[in-house]
Amino acid sequence: MNEIVLEVNGLCKSFGGVLATDHLDLGVEQGSIHAVIGPNGAGKTTLINQLSGLLSSDDGKIQFNRSDITNLSAPARAKMGLARTFQITSVFGEFTALENVSLAVQAHDGHSFKFWHDARGDKFLTEPALEALTIVGLEERQSIKASLMSHGERRQLEIAMALATKPKMLLLDEPMAGMGPEESNRMVSILSQLKGKVTILLIEHDMGAVFSLADKITVLVYGGGIATGTPDQIRANPVVRSAYLGDEDLES
Amino acid sequence: MFDPNLLFEQFFNGLQLGLLLFLLAAGLTLVFGIMDMMNLAHGSLYMLGAYVAAQITLWTGSFLLGVAVSLPVILLLGVCLEAGLLRPLYARGHLDQVLATFGMILFFNEFVRLVWGPEGIEVPLPDFLKGNIVIFDIPLPNYRLVVISVGLLVALMMYLLVTRTRTGMLIRAGASNRDMVQALGIDINRVFTLVFGIGAALAALAGALAGPILAVTIGMGENILIQVLVVIVIGGIGSIRGAFVGAMLIGIIDILGRSFLDTFFKLFLPVNAAETAGPAVASMLIYILMAAVLFFKPQGLFPAKTG
Amino acid sequence: MGNRAQIIIVGTIFVGLGLVPLFAELTQTPFYLDLARRMMILAIGALSLNLIMGYGGLISFGHAAYIGIGAYVVGICAEHELVSGFIQWPLAIIVSGLFAIIFGLISLRTRGVYFIMITLALAQMMYFLGVSLDRYGGDDGLPLIERSNFGAVVDITNNVTLYFIVLGALVLSLLFCKRLINSRFGMVLQGTRSNETRMKTIGFPTLRYQLTAFVIAGMMAGFAGALLANHTDFINPDMMHWTRSGDLIIMVLLGGMGSLAGPVVGALAFILLEELLSGVTEYWQLIFGPFLILVVLFARGGLLGFFANKEQRDE
Repeated sequence: MNEIVLEVNGLCKSFGGVLATDHLDLGVEQGSIHAVIGPNGAGKTTLINQLSGLLSSDDGKIQFNRSDITNLSAPARAKMGLARTFQITSVFGEFTALENVSLAVQAHDGHSFKFWHDARGDKFLTEPALEALTIVGLEERQSIKASLMSHGERRQLEIAMALATKPKMLLLDEPMAGMGPEESNRMVSILSQLKGKVTILLIEHDMGAVFSLADKITVLVYGGGIATGTPDQIRANPVVRSAYLGDEDLES
Repeated sequence: MFDPNLLFEQFFNGLQLGLLLFLLAAGLTLVFGIMDMMNLAHGSLYMLGAYVAAQITLWTGSFLLGVAVSLPVILLLGVCLEAGLLRPLYARGHLDQVLATFGMILFFNEFVRLVWGPEGIEVPLPDFLKGNIVIFDIPLPNYRLVVISVGLLVALMMYLLVTRTRTGMLIRAGASNRDMVQALGIDINRVFTLVFGIGAALAALAGALAGPILAVTIGMGENILIQVLVVIVIGGIGSIRGAFVGAMLIGIIDILGRSFLDTFFKLFLPVNAAETAGPAVASMLIYILMAAVLFFKPQGLFPAKTG
Repeated sequence: MGNRAQIIIVGTIFVGLGLVPLFAELTQTPFYLDLARRMMILAIGALSLNLIMGYGGLISFGHAAYIGIGAYVVGICAEHELVSGFIQWPLAIIVSGLFAIIFGLISLRTRGVYFIMITLALAQMMYFLGVSLDRYGGDDGLPLIERSNFGAVVDITNNVTLYFIVLGALVLSLLFCKRLINSRFGMVLQGTRSNETRMKTIGFPTLRYQLTAFVIAGMMAGFAGALLANHTDFINPDMMHWTRSGDLIIMVLLGGMGSLAGPVVGALAFILLEELLSGVTEYWQLIFGPFLILVVLFARGGLLGFFANKEQRDE
């Protein structure tokens, strides 16, 4: 079995009286794509917020590459190689695509207290940025302002920004949200190319994408994991069928 | 070293200032909390309340009438301002609100100067409010007690309004999570107008009451506004309870500091240093307090926001 | 962004500014020299505010305090017979920077309405401090005993010489801002204004960058204060009053927020408006107030933005 990159034990989070995360256990293997699915309100975004450090948990432990990161700040986790994307696109609207990704590169370069030299002409930033843009297929659009890009392109840009930080692991929050079939297919091919090179935790509603990409799937209902297994195991699991998949006939 | 009579008297002075600050802070903190709006012109409403009350008093000879008339007049003005000028600003950022209300301050200050001249008005106290009552052998001006009583009465009414009525519940919900209230289908604009109106009326009351004791002049609004802002920051935006606690703290500490800090310093500093440092530190005291509170609680003592 | 229009406008302004001393001499009205010099000093102050406000998204309502601090350093030094400009001016910059660190640490833990109010309160505290310092003039202010002495290098007791020093300082400030905004640091600042959460999840601990920007802006304003002290030969707590901070914000807005040279245009517009309106009526603020409100409501992007948009529309 491969090394576990991200290990979650007994994670709990409540908002007032609502238990959003209920003693959740999760283990993501190196180089795999681990999908988390569940009905709306299951607590998927809350989970990612806790994993990336934007939300503090009430109980439980999060380990990343064997280090306990439960109490680490968001920037510190990002520096360790844990990158994330947002469900609602969160890019820098006034910057071009290249500038957006360059900023991500700069974050991990470590030298940001430079006051004199033009950052836009800095090859140490723009070259890796262009690499990331090429992986997601946006190199032709590098000089376009993010606010002027289409929704799908901005989702791709989010991935590029996450990739630019040379992460060890990606937390993807519904990367295909709001995408049409063509854009979704492009996203699926980008993600399948990353398999093996980057460890990915994928939250998605698009079942077709999930079942074609994922090595392992965890089903989340009311904040708790009701089942974890390979796509085949999950498809066959009766508890999962009734809780989430319903009577849908699933084809791979 | 510390004259207990003076201490007692200044404590009451502080109480009075504190309650005046509360009248202003209560309305403003709701505007900040519910409408998320930086309204700098609140001080102008206070000033106009003072001027209107003073003018009515001079015309009719009745201080009570002056106070009574200024409330509805300023309330009306406030509601018109809110509906006409300020509503388009809610959606804009804080910068726009700051600048627009700053523009209003300039306008109102100049307007007052145009109508009443640069000198200010002296408001004579009515006879039945002059004089002192004596507590523990210490004479305390009657008027001070009137102000304190009115302030406490208003505080009680606000408390009852906010905790016991449905309107109050709406206000608290709005301060806590404005989007949620809107999502529940409540016409948020009416809540806004109501809140602003209450704030305007309280500001007018504060101005009218302050007339005889502080000076009715141009710029009186800005002077007190800064202290009101400190009260709100310390108390927590959106919280009336915070406004009350903050106002009492600031009022008492400011007055006592100004009266006794140099005496206090003389206990361990040479006289010259104490006499320079005393007034200097006294003038900074409430800001130091603000910084200290923020260090431990960046959202103030009783933050209202949860969403 | 209408770069060409921006460059033309700003270029014209600077050429005009360069010619003012000649004009003042020819028409025998030293008043214009005075006015233009004041405008340039305020422009430096506005440029520094634009760094944190236009590019950093931090609405500081207490920026004038740093100008006042710089001015007081020069004045107090002169009182104690320390008249060398080589010591006074760097000291003014350092002291403003120190205050900026302290005030920044207090204010930057908060956001939004809180931030505005705290910067306002802290600046007003400085005003009251200045008023209470009887040793240094208190409410009446402190006359500058003698202008900063630069020995044989330059003599700024001459008004025209001081004018050109200020002009040079303005040009340098503009260049400094340009390099800063386009540097790696500047990108972080702009990114933080655009989307702070995103910056954190990319890996930027945003507080330290905002604090640094705050301090740089404070130091630049302190430098403007040192110039101001020499310009008016008088230091006054009023320089730190919160309405002065409001003036700076207006200048940045009038010129166009987040544009590099906007503050210069804004300072010019502000000074001209002030002069024009006060010539018309004694109660000019009656007009200025509503004018400001109208600008806020309808002229987003300020004056430079107006011209930039026009160029984009014509393209």
